[in-house]
Amino acid sequence: MTAPAATAAQTASALARARRRSSVARFWRSYRTHRAGLFGLCALAVIALVALAAPLLAGSDVQSVTNAPGAALESPSAEFPLGTDQFGRSLLGLLVWGARISLTVGLMAAALSVAIGTLVGIVAGHFGGWFSTLIMRITDWFLVMPTLVLAIVLATVMSRSVWTVILAIGVTTWPTTARLVRAQTLAVESRPYIERATALGGGHGHIMTRHVLPNVMPLVLAQTTLGISYAILTEATLAFLGLGDPDVVSWGGMLQDAREAGAVSSGHWWYLAPPGIAIALVALAFTLCGRAVESVLNPKLGVSNR
Amino acid sequence: MSTASTAPLAEGTADGPVPVKTGPSGPRARSARAYLLYVAGKLGGAAVSLFAVLVTSFFLFRIIPGDPVRTMTHGRQVSAEQLASLRHQFGLDLPVWQQFTGYCVKALSGDLGISYQFHAPVGELIAQKLPATLLLTGVAVVIYSVLGLWLGTRSAWHRGRLGDKVNTGVALTLWSVPSFWLGLLLIITFSVGIGPIPGMFPTGGMESGGATGFAYVADVAHHMALPVVTLVAVGYAQTLLVMRASLLDEMGSDYLTTARAKGLRDDLVRRHHAVPNALLPTVTMVFINLGHVAAGSILVETVFSWPGLGGLFYQALSVPDLPLVQGLFVVFAGAMILMNLLADLLYPLLDPRVGR
Repeated sequence: MTAPAATAAQTASALARARRRSSVARFWRSYRTHRAGLFGLCALAVIALVALAAPLLAGSDVQSVTNAPGAALESPSAEFPLGTDQFGRSLLGLLVWGARISLTVGLMAAALSVAIGTLVGIVAGHFGGWFSTLIMRITDWFLVMPTLVLAIVLATVMSRSVWTVILAIGVTTWPTTARLVRAQTLAVESRPYIERATALGGGHGHIMTRHVLPNVMPLVLAQTTLGISYAILTEATLAFLGLGDPDVVSWGGMLQDAREAGAVSSGHWWYLAPPGIAIALVALAFTLCGRAVESVLNPKLGVSNR
Repeated sequence: MSTASTAPLAEGTADGPVPVKTGPSGPRARSARAYLLYVAGKLGGAAVSLFAVLVTSFFLFRIIPGDPVRTMTHGRQVSAEQLASLRHQFGLDLPVWQQFTGYCVKALSGDLGISYQFHAPVGELIAQKLPATLLLTGVAVVIYSVLGLWLGTRSAWHRGRLGDKVNTGVALTLWSVPSFWLGLLLIITFSVGIGPIPGMFPTGGMESGGATGFAYVADVAHHMALPVVTLVAVGYAQTLLVMRASLLDEMGSDYLTTARAKGLRDDLVRRHHAVPNALLPTVTMVFINLGHVAAGSILVETVFSWPGLGGLFYQALSVPDLPLVQGLFVVFAGAMILMNLLADLLYPLLDPRVGR
């Protein structure tokens, strides 16, 4: 390779980097104006910190049933700010540890769902013809399935584990993303620079990964953020129905324990309230972030604070 | 519209073959024929979806759990002969495709198998529980559609004001709340009672028994209040957001400026011009919600011990009673397909631009 060509390549990549940096900065400037989105982001940062610092905040043996520190079903006190469950475990400790599983499942399931959706969407949009029609028919069919029921059925017939839950949520929620990404792919591929890339000898793989993918990424980002809150709610639902991993503490599982311990009929609201508030807070935070991202990318939607 | 436009179509077909797309028989005949084609397409699509549901349910329950006979006899001592006879009894010794065609034929004729735990036909169990679910979800969907449309309209019309922010904020917050948790809290607060609040509502079930006539209706309504409130609170946000977005889309339109220029009052512009157009996407939503809510009521019915399909599904899951879970899966998916079909068929009648 000759020297001028090398510098040209360098400046091209530097240019691309600079452009990317400036578009991120532009995105952030615009995002900053959405007060609800900022609130969501702050709430998420706090919750993520709590989840990461769980062993420091609550100790690593809160889940142990055998040497629990308190008596069964104690009311909130100085030692146990949120009271104890039927095994004498500190509810605050369980709540802190539950953040981990909720966030893990939410993030992983949404990532899986969006990955499948993006792949299907780009492939269906790039290769037209009967192949695309077939894929979109399958997608449409998934779209009319009752997602929750399908996830429940999958979790029932497979073994109980966190991975089952992630898989059950991931493989049932991708069609919305696939439809959006396909539409965006079609829009991108009708532009002249794709024709130029083809003329210069770019193959299918090159066009899909280098030209289409970067252009659908913003959409995918918004979709992921919105998908996470759905995944977190579904995870809590599955755990509440007793389909979660029995060895892991989760917010939905805590609610199931509370119901089994008779917290409802004996009026132990302090056992029931915190896990639900935690689920709602995380889901709301992701929804607010997702809506803010969506309205930054597509101001016409009018969901902003205008 | 449909009666006026089918007459020319009948003439057109009686006169002989008419070119399919650009026939000279006038726009009305063309639109009626287009609608029939559209209906046929949607019916075909629904049939394909239904078939796909049967395929999924067959494979989910026959293939993934491994050997169904082992699941059935889990934890019990069984001899090889017993296993073989069970396999024969359930038709599991036949080739997969024969099992599959047998399953489809049975399912389509309403035979969904025998429940393990109730020892009764699954179809019969579902038919028994269906009315309770229809009552609960029907009332909830009507209430939250009306509420969502009303609040969504107000929100969009006064966009950016305090009322709009409070409205959307409350709806989004309630939307993020798990329905089963809200149900449990409502039971604690209003059925069991906290502090000064006495228990005013029953903790679960559908009736206290013994009441007849008007007293019976009042009793069921009393039992239904909290489950309906839960479903409405968690569900109305979606209708609100769709109505708000679609009305905001319309609000920039020229025809609204024209209507105002004619001197119409703001209220009339909203009611007679903007809202009817913005309603279109929301109507589809209502139908799709009807399909969703049958499945979505699983949790609310479980929490409130409502004697419907959702509660039955939960009972089936905890065993797990696979034939019952499978039958309910087919019913829930079938409900979704049916509601989508209805929405698709209704839509071109409301909006002539669709399906032409």
